[in-house]
Amino acid sequence: MRIICPLCGDRDSREFHYRGAAKLINRPDGDASDQAFFDYVYLRDNPAGPNRELWFHETGCRSWLVAERNTVTHEFLSVDLAETAKRGAK
Amino acid sequence: MRYSALQVFLNGLTGNKGWKPVWRNPDPKPYYDVIIIGGGGHGLSTAYYLAKNHGITNVAVLERGYLGGGNVGRNTTIVRANYMLEGNSQFYSHSLKLWEGLEADLNYNTMLSQRGQVMLGHSDGQMDALARRGNMMRMQGDDAVLWGKDEVRKHLYYLNHDSARFPIYGGLMHWRGGTARHDAVAWGYARGADQRGVDLIQNCEVKGFRIENGKVLGVDTSRGFIGAGKVGMTVAGRSSQVGQMAGLRLPIESHVLQAFVTEGLKPIIPHVVSFGMGHFYISQSDKGGLVFGGDLDMYNSYAQRGNLPMVEHVAEAGMALMPMIGKAKMLRSWGGIMDMSMDGTPIIDKTVIDGFFINCGWCYGGFKAVPGSGDAFSHLIATGNYHKAADKFLLKRFETGHVIDETGNGATPNLH
Amino acid sequence: MSRLPKGGLLDRSQQIPFSFDGNTYLGFKGDTLASALIANDVRLVGRSFKYHRPRGILTAGSEEPNALMGIGTGGQITPNVRATMQEIYRGLTAQSQNRFPSLAFDMLAVNDLMAPFFSAGFYYKTFMWPSVLWEKLYEPLIRRAAGLGALTGAADAAKYDKAFAHCDVLVIGAGPAGLIAALAAARGGADVILADEDFRPGGRLNSETIAVDGKPGPVWAADIAAKLRDIDNVRLMPRTTITGAYDGGTYGALERVSNHLADPAPDAPLETFWRITAKCCILAGGAIERPIAFANNDRPGIMMASALRSYVNRFSAAPGQQVSIFTNNDDGHRTAHDLAALGIGIAAVIDTRADAALSGDFPVLTGAEVVNTKGRKGLSEITVKTQAGTRQIKSDCLAVSGGWNPSVHLTCHMNGRPVWRDDIAAFVPTDNAVPGMVVAGAALGEFTTHDALKSGVAAAKSVLQALGLKAPRQVAPNANDAPVEITPFWHVAGTGRAWLDMANDVTVKDVKLAHQENFRSVEHMKRYTTLGMAPDQGKTSNMGALAVMAEMTERSIPETGTTTFRPPYTPVALGALGAHGKGKGFAPERFIPSDDLAREMGATFVEAGLWYRPSWFAQTGESHWRQSCDREVQMVRRSVGICDVTTLGKIDVQGPDAATFLDRVYCNTFSTLKPGKVRYGLMLREDGMVMDDGTTARLGDQHYVMTTTTAAAGQVMTHLDFCAQVLWPELDVQFISVTEQWAQFAVAGPKSRDLLNDLIDQDITDETFPYMGCGEASIGNVGARLFRISFSGEHAYEIAVPARFGDALARELSTRAEALEGGWYGMEALNVLRLEKGFITHAEIHGRVTADDIGMGRMVSAKKDSVGRVSSRRPGLSGPAREQLVGLKPVGAVKQILGGAHLFNEGAAISRENDQGYITSHCFSPHLGHPIAQAFVLNGHARTGERIRMVDQLRNVKTLCEICPPVFLDPEGEKLRG
Repeated sequence: MRIICPLCGDRDSREFHYRGAAKLINRPDGDASDQAFFDYVYLRDNPAGPNRELWFHETGCRSWLVAERNTVTHEFLSVDLAETAKRGAK
Repeated sequence: MRYSALQVFLNGLTGNKGWKPVWRNPDPKPYYDVIIIGGGGHGLSTAYYLAKNHGITNVAVLERGYLGGGNVGRNTTIVRANYMLEGNSQFYSHSLKLWEGLEADLNYNTMLSQRGQVMLGHSDGQMDALARRGNMMRMQGDDAVLWGKDEVRKHLYYLNHDSARFPIYGGLMHWRGGTARHDAVAWGYARGADQRGVDLIQNCEVKGFRIENGKVLGVDTSRGFIGAGKVGMTVAGRSSQVGQMAGLRLPIESHVLQAFVTEGLKPIIPHVVSFGMGHFYISQSDKGGLVFGGDLDMYNSYAQRGNLPMVEHVAEAGMALMPMIGKAKMLRSWGGIMDMSMDGTPIIDKTVIDGFFINCGWCYGGFKAVPGSGDAFSHLIATGNYHKAADKFLLKRFETGHVIDETGNGATPNLH
Repeated sequence: MSRLPKGGLLDRSQQIPFSFDGNTYLGFKGDTLASALIANDVRLVGRSFKYHRPRGILTAGSEEPNALMGIGTGGQITPNVRATMQEIYRGLTAQSQNRFPSLAFDMLAVNDLMAPFFSAGFYYKTFMWPSVLWEKLYEPLIRRAAGLGALTGAADAAKYDKAFAHCDVLVIGAGPAGLIAALAAARGGADVILADEDFRPGGRLNSETIAVDGKPGPVWAADIAAKLRDIDNVRLMPRTTITGAYDGGTYGALERVSNHLADPAPDAPLETFWRITAKCCILAGGAIERPIAFANNDRPGIMMASALRSYVNRFSAAPGQQVSIFTNNDDGHRTAHDLAALGIGIAAVIDTRADAALSGDFPVLTGAEVVNTKGRKGLSEITVKTQAGTRQIKSDCLAVSGGWNPSVHLTCHMNGRPVWRDDIAAFVPTDNAVPGMVVAGAALGEFTTHDALKSGVAAAKSVLQALGLKAPRQVAPNANDAPVEITPFWHVAGTGRAWLDMANDVTVKDVKLAHQENFRSVEHMKRYTTLGMAPDQGKTSNMGALAVMAEMTERSIPETGTTTFRPPYTPVALGALGAHGKGKGFAPERFIPSDDLAREMGATFVEAGLWYRPSWFAQTGESHWRQSCDREVQMVRRSVGICDVTTLGKIDVQGPDAATFLDRVYCNTFSTLKPGKVRYGLMLREDGMVMDDGTTARLGDQHYVMTTTTAAAGQVMTHLDFCAQVLWPELDVQFISVTEQWAQFAVAGPKSRDLLNDLIDQDITDETFPYMGCGEASIGNVGARLFRISFSGEHAYEIAVPARFGDALARELSTRAEALEGGWYGMEALNVLRLEKGFITHAEIHGRVTADDIGMGRMVSAKKDSVGRVSSRRPGLSGPAREQLVGLKPVGAVKQILGGAHLFNEGAAISRENDQGYITSHCFSPHLGHPIAQAFVLNGHARTGERIRMVDQLRNVKTLCEICPPVFLDPEGEKLRG
């Protein structure tokens, strides 16, 4: 599997570490409810199809990335720096 | 018909024409008292125990493909009761006892082979953790022996004892652990359920639920609507998808686990061995192939296949642990969809929908749980009460903080 | 000898001796073990898996199911090598497998007589009673009968390697389609890799008598290969099997580097496993011939017609002198023509098609079937049924041709499913089954050489287009072979056993039985009968079984389905997949700056993750580690000890928002820490559990240095990167790991200040370096950092210098400590020191533990947001139902404490329900004169003074203990602050 890191280019996926759902980029505020944190920490959509997820280029540039990837075909649809993705999402 | 050596002999004499179909191919009825979604190990055992223990036989198992075609048909067949934490300890202990009586119960040779499962330790810290686990096993009434490195060397001479990167300090041996033939388990439960009147409906995919006033009425399937008094879900890696059909969001991520088998070889590995420093485990099947695996690929997947980095990592771990396998050739690799839960422990529970029950989150450890899960789930569905051996597997534990975390890695599913 | 006097693609200048089952034979370079055995009239090469029937060579390729042999001697025998893929070399030693005592006389052939009782799935129906005999008798017998070859138990001494390669176009298969495609793609400017599992390019051309561009096939192929060798942007990879297609244009490949050499180069690997990344791929892997099933179709001397042509044309070896041919298509006749041209006797061509043409000067029986054979150790006679009746024909070799199956395997590795074509009665790949892959030649169902060449040219054009390159003008070379006509015919009806899967001994009867018992889906049939699960993975059997199943269920073959193909295409040695994993190669080794010195001192080392750390430093007269450990502990508490603590994670954090950042990642507060001071910090996971602990020093307004535990250094660093980039990218903070940049040593004990004052330029006083103070320092022109922190409970410091000075500093500290009657201490002593003082490690914070559990609940600040704060408030994470950290000391006659032992109230039965907790860490305290421990106990914080029983059933130890605070020494911390 290959990932196109926005900074390093086309790399083997073994250089990366997978964190999980990209919903983690939207951490509730410190004064949010217990329910909000429970949802954030534990509940997942887990789609069969396009999935937004967090990858870390661990043995490369150490950038955190938000990728959209199809969990049925493994095809990457997009890869952005997490900071960019977060700004875009707001 | 009852299976026996005599039957094999008599049928052999008469051209094997007497063997009957192992199960029927019924069409779905318009209504069942209980529908079980998912015809894998857990679904089939649930249906069996509903009929056998609770006398509930107006049951259908709906399987979208062929029976036993999911994880039960593609796993590394390990059976054991060596968990460390309260909640798990009693469950797997109970399940192992059911394993031990299973073939007599099912009249089907599940080929349970309690040849011993040893977990190796490679540091003082790991040995202490193994001791904690072993003592828990003994307190639970199961067997556990703590080996030093000399005993490991004596029993497993073929490991690398002298030039390993991570020397072996010892191991925890669980003699009642071992393996079983996975297809036999699925087929044995299917036949047993079918004989008791359960309808096994293959090529029947659930597409949606009919829920009214918070109560489940039945399911829409590729073969039409089927009404039900109660519905139980045992769909492993598809739990989130089926759950979503009922409006539920679950603490589950679906991941691919690869497993591998070599060409058949004469017996060389008599036990099940798991390596503490490389997440690698191996045993030898009765057909002679070395069956082994390791970690998840680590990314969400429904593809039932994985990629090379983990294949290589598993092979490297195998070579590190037992370099004699270098000349064995990997014959086949496969992958399944693991429903990884947020603490690595399963969920057997009711839901906010009246009459809808879920059984999921088995991660990659569901095979050994097949009997216990079916027993516990059928008990819950039949009586509305939690089975004593499974009463900690509650969905709300994530909210309250009563998580059961064997690896200690927290809310990161792929680390469990 | 069956070697033909001339011809073949052999180098006859040198005879090569090799042995099989103890007998020596001669062959030529260019021979495989299979062809050389055939040339030497060896027909019996193995015994079948279940029935131990005598078997001969069936094919000439990697799909071979019968001729699996052990190659090599003694502990280094490689089992299950296909004789058809093994090139002979001087001194090659081969043995047959799965027979006892010999190939010619195998006692387990008795299984063949018991065949009716050994039908598919019989073992599921029996072996259950009496249950005790399953593990004692039945299973061991089954296991001993299973498997073909054997591992020796000796470590595999062979060297293996791994490599990466990148290209624009990977061409799989160097037959006509692959060769012309590679040439066209290379001429178009693409970087091309051409791989073929054979040692000689040409594919089927090497085995046929087909001309291309007026030249004999093999000559044409060699010419193209020579042209390719001359092109810079081409890499030729012979003896290389592409084993799997994976995501992102990644392919696995196994190169057999030295398996064919008598004297390989000393540094050459036996095999190399490649990871090839290709922008595009052309699969030109050809097709595999399939048999027809009939009674007793598995005798030695019965082989595939295409294999027969390989042996007579390429290897110049005749498998028989009176050859019969059983076919449902024109290839059977091609075979007869080739035999006739070589003067080999043809007994008959038996063609199932009633309308087959009489094509040459040899007997042709049309509308005919082979219904039986004779000759257990070697074919002697066949029985043929025609419209006229049944008759016997003498024949010592039967070539079977049932048509061809395009090799679609790789196209199915990514969930692709092939589609059926009626005209060739075969499955072909679907488009785009693997992104970036196009298929050409016989693999696509283009069975004539001419069509294969055309499709190779078209494939090259298509990939060049995809790459944005211009395709050169390329006309497909000329080849005039006629299309092969086929009328599907899969198996001969009858009562005898007709083999479908030679390797797993599965017959048509077994498939019918599966159907009878309602194992009707293809997957159920396969699992129940084990068809297709042997080393050949069904390459010559899947199709036949599908046809039988389709017949039984009265459906077409495509309606019946197809099973999944998965990597690897052919089996791959675990040594190759795991290359460099043996021994020390398995994981990197990390060494501390004082490693050399410690080894000179004879320290005993222990693995701590990837690091090697000294565990104790034995001195003369000390024979047991406890002696060294007790001495080192007392040395620290009496004078001074030195310990290398470089391995703890060190993270340099800087920026205007550094303080805010630390406040958010630690549960306690760091923005209030003054420059020049150090504070203990507790880091939580978002789920409220403790992730790690450590100390963070503030060196300046916007400059902190964080330490982590050794174990969690990487995890914490990743977490910080996550927080900074993902959660709070708006914060202006930078940080970097400096674990390896600084050598750091603990200097601990009453004389530690004296030692350091003598060493560093600055004055160390309670004013300049108060307890938990820090600052820059220097030793001459070497900059250093000094921290007054203690993990031992003594007056102590940690001194850090740039890592390149670590060895020098270690030796300086060594000399000075010795002068003060101090010295080095290792991990064992470090553990005692910290346990005496109630400090914790990851034995305590093991990922399931909260701040409250370890008595630090009040450290979680309520005044600010931090990771894990909200989740830590969940009801299940605090309170009397939690296991809480306590100290324990033995109070009875038995003093022994064991890690992992559990705890029970006095008088309670030993059971899970009565479990009160468990021991996490323990040691012998020289100061107190007895063992001490840390443990988690239910409601432990409220139970100080209570007695509790430690019970270890694994080692049979019961110890009565008392719950006490975990700080056993100097609870007021006077030594720390003094």
